[in-house]
Amino acid sequence: MVERRPGLTLFAHLVLILGCAIVMLPLWIAFVASTHEPSALVSGLMPLWPGDRLVDNYERVLEQGLRSSGAIPVGQMLGNSLIMALAIAIGKIAISIISAYAIVYFHFPGRMLCFWVVFITLMLPVEVRIVPTFEVAAGLGLLNSYTGLALPLIASATATFLFRQFFLTVPEELAEAARIDGAGPLRFFRDILLPLSRTNIAALFVILFIYGWNQYLWPLLVTTNQNYTTIVMGIQRMVTVADAEPQWHVVMATAILALLPPVVVVLVMQRLFIKGLVETEK
Amino acid sequence: MHKRVTFRNLWLPYLLVAPQLAVTAIFFLWPAGQALYQSFLRQDAFGLSTQFVWFDNFERLFDDPLYLASFWRTLFFSAAVTLSSMGFALLLATMADRVIRGATGYKTLLIWPYAVAPAIAGVLWWFLFSPTVGVLAYVLRGFGYRWNHFLDGDDAMLLVIIAAAWKQVSYNFLFFLAGLQAIPRSLIEAAAIDGAGPTRRFWTIVFPLLSPTTFFLLVVNVAYAFFDTFGVIHATTSGGPGQATNILVYKVFNDGFIGLNLGSSSAQSVILMLVVIALTVVQFRFIERKVHY
Repeated sequence: MVERRPGLTLFAHLVLILGCAIVMLPLWIAFVASTHEPSALVSGLMPLWPGDRLVDNYERVLEQGLRSSGAIPVGQMLGNSLIMALAIAIGKIAISIISAYAIVYFHFPGRMLCFWVVFITLMLPVEVRIVPTFEVAAGLGLLNSYTGLALPLIASATATFLFRQFFLTVPEELAEAARIDGAGPLRFFRDILLPLSRTNIAALFVILFIYGWNQYLWPLLVTTNQNYTTIVMGIQRMVTVADAEPQWHVVMATAILALLPPVVVVLVMQRLFIKGLVETEK
Repeated sequence: MHKRVTFRNLWLPYLLVAPQLAVTAIFFLWPAGQALYQSFLRQDAFGLSTQFVWFDNFERLFDDPLYLASFWRTLFFSAAVTLSSMGFALLLATMADRVIRGATGYKTLLIWPYAVAPAIAGVLWWFLFSPTVGVLAYVLRGFGYRWNHFLDGDDAMLLVIIAAAWKQVSYNFLFFLAGLQAIPRSLIEAAAIDGAGPTRRFWTIVFPLLSPTTFFLLVVNVAYAFFDTFGVIHATTSGGPGQATNILVYKVFNDGFIGLNLGSSSAQSVILMLVVIALTVVQFRFIERKVHY
């Protein structure tokens, strides 16, 4: 702040409070709606303060969900989402870190080609190759399986670039010293490079966990069996009920449960999250 | 590009890159090639015979008023999402850069929507604007406006724009704030000594110096609005009412999966691929420039 103008600072606070209120509004209303009984919501005037059905509603949603429409309980959807998100995040980090290691620390024919092939994945999001990717997954028998949910998504150009960038900043002397001491490439990777990459891995994990958790289109395509429904795609079936008002208290409780894990990850690991966000965009 | 000290091994590097390359080849390159190939083919209605038709699918697309309308709609949608979310984020970031007390608290309150899935963001706003139970629809009724996104295409469009922009505010806010904090204080102080007020300083010094960040965010936001908003549309309006919110990425899905028109859907995929490639190239050229900045 350059000059002292209390009025201006007050104005800044007002704008920020208003901004935060606008950003928070959907979350608050969703939370309120999830704590009332259904009749409170359809009477025309939405209450703005939480009701007394918090525990009841969430218990019902987690254990039963909307069983009448053939859906699995939301608790099970949460489990599916967790498996998918973890598999994607860990898979991406694992295959990216070893390929970055190969590209940086080895000199082999075809190295640049590998680099460019990985680079191309940046330009091919699922959205632009929907039908053929589905056909490949179907051909490999990956429909309705956890492998099918995660495997096709785990190639990652951004993660590979990030590790490559980081490895390039690791002092040459470390590799030299390791070699003189007789450590082979695998030993060097495991005992020196991996521990050094800890923060990068953690930051990347935060970003990729959110990415994995929030997948929507791909799970929608590869799962026809309700047992593999993830929570983010499961909510769509609850909202688009034909010719009836959705059961809003159930939908909103599900929405809160769906957004809670990634939001908590962001808030608890704010520092790592920001680091990961900034670095993956470099 | 690589280390001076490298390890020597005939097969290990190949083994290390193999998983990444395998996934890339099977799930990225092959399907993309298929999309390209199928975009030149046409199947009859029963899938019995297939013909190679060169650019016929593309020509048909560009003669198709529905596709063209969807194209312009997508441009409008991404422009609206990008401008509103960047504008809102820039306003908040400027204010947060000014206040000293409570800045981290505001930051915490503003960054969490990043973690919300687009589909969930859509559902939350869908509920707020629901003509029967929505709070905002109720408020609007008080002002004499009967909001109904089931019937009114403009309402539906506005709804998906708000939901998509809301989610992106956090991202833009973080990058704008970082950009603002990187501006040398001495420049701003010098301007203040010369008698420039806060508004003047913003437009003549801060905003121009922020242009690399702004440009970067512009590209990222357009890419987001083009591709990542599928969930917002699919979970709420499903492209309706009528065609009012049928943007390109939703149309590819709809024509390919529901309509089963493979030739047309593949041609649309190829066009979208060109858009991503263009955006990526722009982004990377800019990054190179930023290094010299």
